[in-house]
Amino acid sequence: MLMYSEKVMDHFMNPRNQGEIADADGVGEVGNPTCGDIMRIFITVKDNIITDVKFQTFGCGAAVASSSMATELIKGKTLEEAWEVSNKAVAEALEGLPPIKMHCSVLAEEGIHKAINDYRIKQGLEPWEEKGGHSHSHDEPACEG
Amino acid sequence: MADHRTVYMDHSATTPTDPEVVQAMLPWYSEHYGNPSSLYRLARESKTAIEQARKKVASALGAESEEIYFTSGGTESDNWALFGVAFANRKRGDHIITTAIEHHAILHTCAYLEKLGFKVTYLPVNESGKVRIDDLNAAITDKTILVSVMTANNEIGTIQPITEIGAICREKGVLFHTDAVQAIGNIPIDVKEMNIDLLSLSAHKFYGPKGVGALYVRKGVRIENYLHGGGQERRKRAGTENVPGIVGLGVAIEKAIQNMDTRIDQIRTLRDYLLEKILTEIPHTRLNGDRTDRLPGNINVSFEFIEGESLLLLLDHAGIAASTGSACSSGSLEPSHVLLAIGLPAEIAHGSLRLTLGHHNTKEDVEYTAAEIKKAVDRLRTMSPLYADYVKRHAHV
Repeated sequence: MLMYSEKVMDHFMNPRNQGEIADADGVGEVGNPTCGDIMRIFITVKDNIITDVKFQTFGCGAAVASSSMATELIKGKTLEEAWEVSNKAVAEALEGLPPIKMHCSVLAEEGIHKAINDYRIKQGLEPWEEKGGHSHSHDEPACEG
Repeated sequence: MADHRTVYMDHSATTPTDPEVVQAMLPWYSEHYGNPSSLYRLARESKTAIEQARKKVASALGAESEEIYFTSGGTESDNWALFGVAFANRKRGDHIITTAIEHHAILHTCAYLEKLGFKVTYLPVNESGKVRIDDLNAAITDKTILVSVMTANNEIGTIQPITEIGAICREKGVLFHTDAVQAIGNIPIDVKEMNIDLLSLSAHKFYGPKGVGALYVRKGVRIENYLHGGGQERRKRAGTENVPGIVGLGVAIEKAIQNMDTRIDQIRTLRDYLLEKILTEIPHTRLNGDRTDRLPGNINVSFEFIEGESLLLLLDHAGIAASTGSACSSGSLEPSHVLLAIGLPAEIAHGSLRLTLGHHNTKEDVEYTAAEIKKAVDRLRTMSPLYADYVKRHAHV
């Protein structure tokens, strides 16, 4: 089995903000079951600040830990600050991920972006554009599910 | 950890070396360390020990001693069987038949042979993992030189109709190799009765040491060498013999064959009890593989809405060693080729768990494991968006 950092194991065994927000202001879902991971991120926004965030994840230990860490990193942040949380930041906060698992942190970043844009669209605002170019390289395989 | 119990349920990955086997091996390290190829007493002792082990392996398979060659394990035996037969029979034909669910030691070797110009047919299997005899019959052409079908599958435990396959190969004049790595000690094997021309085995799967195995090659079968060098193993397999390992293999296979029926019955009873508990107590669970033609210790189940690696992590935390066909555990992103070959959708394959019991497992192990699996599955389902959707859909009905 892959070796995970203590931080990854901590967030896997004791996930923060796991659950659902029934009347969320924004929901982002990424991944697909064929690839073995789906992440759903729910946000509550008040005065441009993410006051509550929850996640549901189907996936491996790294996917659960990435979701958990991502929710911690964006809770209490402005939407602009949350948008800037990169997959690299998620992976670093987890004290690293095995290379093959970097896509889990990418999913977390994309999940945050989708939730924020879902909120913006619901508010009648223009969705923000993905900058593209995640910090993961082509060495890391991606699932073509 | 609330409970410090450790339960090993991954006997298809490897088994603990039997203490009796270890005892038998020990003198062959520092005491009787002679190189069997040398010409003094110390060397002759080693030579004799190897020949005794060879007899034991031959007797376990219903073969002759001179049909047994020691190797470094299952992978080498599989590689040698395929390359050796392919190269020795190239003038007769360039076609090999195998199955979609073989171990990678076979599949990757076949892929390499394809690069070298051989043609390989990968037979599909039915939903329980069995090769269809009609498919095999239809695939054999006058260019076919070798059929390689595993005796029992390492993931789902399905046992193939080896005797039937052997008979067809014999009738059509095609060589038949079987990877019996998972079968030894679990299924009675008789290479003559089953018309097997080549057979791979590995000691550490039946309580022997790691790093040693054997290839049975029926007398008269043309096979080229795979490892080149010294004249060991009657000039067929070069390299100084792993004397302690070979001695260990001999003792282990002898023990694996003794009282096999009683041991199998005991493991199967325990396995059936655990399987029944899992299937009845955890909803949305399916058994993968064949219900009856199955290795006695094997369970392979899929739990809907969850992913296998996270399940393994939770079980590991509870002290339980198991395995999964989920991609996420293996370092690749594709789920198990075996589970896909029996027709499982990828998302169900991702939620698979393999438990392989051994003769040290107890009723208490099984009770504990069943309870921990249920807890872990419940916990992961609570976390799963797929399960949340399912519950909502269900609530609306």
